Amino acid sequence: MNVIEMQDIWKTYADGTHALRGVSVRIDRNEFVYLVGPSGAGKSTFMKLIYREEVPSKGQISVNGFNIGKLKPRKIPYVRRNIGVIFQDFRLLPKLTVFENVAFAMEAIEAPRRVIKRRTMEVLELVGLKHKHASLPAQLSGGEQQRVAIARAIVNNPSVIVADEPTGNLDPETSLGIMNLLEEINFRGSTIVMATHNKDIVNSMRKRVIAIENGNIVRDEARGEYGYEA
Amino acid sequence: MKLSTILRHMREGAKNIIRNGWMSFASMSSMFISLFILGVFLLLALNVNAMADQIESQVQIRVYLQLNVDQAKVTELQNKIGNITEVSNVRFVSKAEGLEILRESLGKENEDLIEGYENEKNPLPDSFTVEVYDPLTIETAVAQIEAVNKADEALPIAKVKYGQGTVEKLFTITNVVRNVGFVVVIGLGITAMFLISNTIKMTIIARRREIGIMKLVGATNSFIRWPFFIEGALIGIISSVLTTVVILVAYSQFVDFTETDLALMMIKLVTFKEAAGMTALLLIGLGTLLGIWGSTISVRKYLKV
Ligand SMILES: Nc1ncnc2c1ncn2[C@@H]1O[C@H](COP(=O)(O)OP(=O)(O)O)[C@@H](O)[C@H]1O
Ligand SMILES: [Mg+2]
Repeated sequence: MNVIEMQDIWKTYADGTHALRGVSVRIDRNEFVYLVGPSGAGKSTFMKLIYREEVPSKGQISVNGFNIGKLKPRKIPYVRRNIGVIFQDFRLLPKLTVFENVAFAMEAIEAPRRVIKRRTMEVLELVGLKHKHASLPAQLSGGEQQRVAIARAIVNNPSVIVADEPTGNLDPETSLGIMNLLEEINFRGSTIVMATHNKDIVNSMRKRVIAIENGNIVRDEARGEYGYEA
Repeated sequence: MKLSTILRHMREGAKNIIRNGWMSFASMSSMFISLFILGVFLLLALNVNAMADQIESQVQIRVYLQLNVDQAKVTELQNKIGNITEVSNVRFVSKAEGLEILRESLGKENEDLIEGYENEKNPLPDSFTVEVYDPLTIETAVAQIEAVNKADEALPIAKVKYGQGTVEKLFTITNVVRNVGFVVVIGLGITAMFLISNTIKMTIIARRREIGIMKLVGATNSFIRWPFFIEGALIGIISSVLTTVVILVAYSQFVDFTETDLALMMIKLVTFKEAAGMTALLLIGLGTLLGIWGSTISVRKYLKV
């Protein structure tokens, strides 16, 4: 079953920029997909369409079986609960502790308090930060902050994880740790779509690679390579 | 909404005040200052209003009788004066009553001033207090009362007193004071709203990211809105209760402190009890509304997808 399906997607921003020009793609349950391509190619736009931050100007997109281009605004939160999003800049709430930052995603779906406590500690353990649950984001390293963001993204067991250059701000060693974590999450059953400029990571993992240039998919290989000079 | 969710919103709303320490402090301060100024003017307006009422009610005619007028004559005069078209009410004030009124208006501290003038030694004459329907017809009424006196050979009325000529002036003054007070209070209300909406504008900018992240993890709009709503209401309640307490404590001190001096000038301030309810209701009500209003508009602006 396709978790993500795009048919002839066009995205033109208000200023007339054509960010995507007729993209069609299918991503299966439990796939791990790298999105590569030069800056400004349309990778972030591709992902924003998946988590319904943007709507397509033309074409059909479905995620988890929902036609999300036509989604009523009222329904958006419920679709997002099945999609975990990870960014280059972590986007943690600076005034909340590590625990609160993660628990907050469960409070949003009105999970019972007992369940929140147990599950939050569980994912913090998975990302290796159980001992830092009471720290504030500012007291953590970049890699640790990204782990908290990952914990928040997976805490509600989403079927899809969208990661936009999650290692963009991290050094190679820390990046490797983050990749291992994402691989583990993929292994546990989540579909992962990740945009990256990291040649080493793509080439060492040998997963599906979709290359976007100038708003078009120019390459889609099952066990692909980065394909650009680093 | 689940009970646990409602409790969560309350907890979050309260926690947010602490988490956003400086922002909350700024909101509360600007609200405190605005409400404080508003409160001061409210008390001022209450007192001016009470004084205006006092002055207006004092616009009455005092008819002093000769010392030897008997009971039958008093009744006759009272009827005659009561029959004058302009007159709305005639009340007989015996000399003893007159002394009592004087004692009251002097206040407890100055009671000794009239000590020793009771009963036989009472120097005051009997009198009538005459009220008219329309204060502007007071001169006509006085002329009529003097006519009643002249029609009687004994000339039983010694003196007719009223605020000669000053009556009209007084009315314009009290009216002006009332209107100005009203305009000032409205103006301050608008200023308070402006100050608070400015603070909120800064809060919005600080909170954009937070709201964005909440939406990203799948929070519904109402889930996002509630803690802000509670936070705003709490800020409003806390700062307005604080303002009310400060203002009322200061006012009761002021009333106590100036009572003696003002009594000598025949001025009586609105008592703490009379002022407290109105002030508390207005300040706390307004503060709560402003707090809720501020947080509601600030969130609504950023809830659109
Ligand atoms: N909100 C926006 N408004 C206008 N143009 C945008 C907006 N977001 C992205 N773009 C433009 O769309 C194109 C694709 O951007 P993006 O999807 O961010 O690419 P990438 O993530 O591959 O670098 C770029 O030319 C970018 O400038
Ligand atoms: Mg990008």
